[in-house]
Amino acid sequence: MKILVPVKRVPDPDVKIKLKKDGSGIDTEGLKFVINPFDEIAVEEAIRIKERLGDVEIVVVSIGGEESTEQLRTAMAMGADRAILVVHPDYIDPPNVAAILAKVVEKEQPDLIIAGKQAVDDDLGQAMQMLAEMLDYPQATFASKVEIDGTKVTVVREVDGGLTTVEFEMPGIITAELRLNEPRYASLPGIMKAKRKPLDKMTPADLGVEVSPKLTVKAMSEPPARKAGKIVESVDELVKLLHEEAKVI
Amino acid sequence: MDFMYNEVQEMLKDSIKRFVEKEVSPHVDEWEERMEFPIEVMKKLGENGFLGIPYPEEYNGQGLGYQEYIIVLEEIARASASLAIAVAVNGLPQLIIDKFGNEEQKRKYLPKLSTAEITGGFALTEPDYGSDAKSIKTFAERRGDRYIINGTKRFISQAGVADLYILLARTQNTGSSHDITAFIITKDMKGITFGKKERKMGLNATATREIYLEDVDVPVENVVGKEGYGFKIAMMALDSGRITIAATAIGIAEAAKDCALRYAVTRRQFGKPIVEFQGVSFPLADMETKINAARLLTQRAAFLRDRGLPYSKEAAMAKLFATDIAMEVTTNAVQVMGGNGYMKDYPVERYMREAKVMQIVEGTNQIQKLVISRHMVREISRTL
Repeated sequence: MKILVPVKRVPDPDVKIKLKKDGSGIDTEGLKFVINPFDEIAVEEAIRIKERLGDVEIVVVSIGGEESTEQLRTAMAMGADRAILVVHPDYIDPPNVAAILAKVVEKEQPDLIIAGKQAVDDDLGQAMQMLAEMLDYPQATFASKVEIDGTKVTVVREVDGGLTTVEFEMPGIITAELRLNEPRYASLPGIMKAKRKPLDKMTPADLGVEVSPKLTVKAMSEPPARKAGKIVESVDELVKLLHEEAKVI
Repeated sequence: MDFMYNEVQEMLKDSIKRFVEKEVSPHVDEWEERMEFPIEVMKKLGENGFLGIPYPEEYNGQGLGYQEYIIVLEEIARASASLAIAVAVNGLPQLIIDKFGNEEQKRKYLPKLSTAEITGGFALTEPDYGSDAKSIKTFAERRGDRYIINGTKRFISQAGVADLYILLARTQNTGSSHDITAFIITKDMKGITFGKKERKMGLNATATREIYLEDVDVPVENVVGKEGYGFKIAMMALDSGRITIAATAIGIAEAAKDCALRYAVTRRQFGKPIVEFQGVSFPLADMETKINAARLLTQRAAFLRDRGLPYSKEAAMAKLFATDIAMEVTTNAVQVMGGNGYMKDYPVERYMREAKVMQIVEGTNQIQKLVISRHMVREISRTL
């Protein structure tokens, strides 16, 4: 069995983002980058499936600049077997991500694709659904539990107000929710082994994809600063303001 | 020269950071209060390969060097100096057995020490002899293929917790440095008892006890190296140990600076964050500078060691400087935070207590100056 896990290099979510002065993007100077936390959960899930089933190859793939090799190595240090970097340093939108991944899937023929439910940088959460459409694959998004029995995959999904359980036959796509698992940290032997694991590089052109953005980022701006709160004198006044001003009761 | 971490070091730093965030930081206050950390955390460190970094792969080690080892110690010490010390102390029997042990001893003990299946300690200091290590009184009397050991060891980190100790004992009384021999002793040997857990100023989660040896019967195969090599072995171990103490002190200082800096940018007085007063920002600048200088000294000592070059003077300088600045940095961190710094609600008072012992262990800082100046005299003597 083969599992493909797309991973994205994103700014460390624990660090506050600063914008460039002209609003053209984020200021990356001194910024630490990590694997998108949801993708890390996807890598972990693939490793757990491998630990359960044994004969599983885990291939991680990233689209980005050369520096994305850091995240691919980390994924391999956690336990992925090999990596593919599709070199494209510039911004890329979900339809193009999906187009590139579709070609990678065609080449690799994985039984399962597990990815994060969204990347925490732009929070679009579209590429995997688009990929499912392009490949005509079943998809189970926001997974909080995955079970595999032969070629049958059962996924518990987190939806508003509850859980739903869906089933599909491989090949198919799963996107990972926060509560799917808690990712491991790379062990030192894992890190040493990752150095020797294969990492293939290719360009979108090598895959026959011409990246033509359908989406462009026009400008970025900081959210407005929060206004100071108001201290009210009495409960009556609070109720009155909630009713008349905030209009919530 | 290269001042950059390589890819493995970068990933190692990341990985140990996350380990500490998850397995150590949330529990430190409880461990210090209870005066004990669970041995499982050592086992988890072992499982992740963090305990056998500078030892050969054939004995469960990682085949890396001290440059990697100090990354791990610093990160652990940022959260728990007690645990960092336990790791460093576990490292001493590893180091001694790896360097001076025979094949059988290596096979028997090294893999288990790297996974914390057993943990180790180092017993040199005695009630009457600390810095004057050549004068220790614990005596090992040879009887056929055995030694009978009698004596008392004091201030032994992890004593009573660790399963195995490198013990230094006198095997003759000629007054030469060949009087002392290193032995492997184990907790379960008959005649070994441990004193009460000492009440200390800091490092409370690491046990410190006396070890009493009464007619402890040790087979000859437990001698490390040869009879009479003990003093040399102990001094070499302390040279390496000094690098680990320097790294631990840097971790403590880094944590204190971080806490004080966060405080200084958020705490407001006279209508602005206190970091805007130079009385606060300048000590912070000094902290940052000195921590970086200490780290560079320590990395250089580790680098020389990894290259197989002499590093005794450099290790002493790193230990001296890193522990002195850790004391200074932690003291000033309390000062920056004022009354809050003195309260146990913030960790800086603990850092200050932990920094103090770093100036004392692995040779007091006065002993470090002795080591450094003797090296200097030896160097200049060659040109006179």
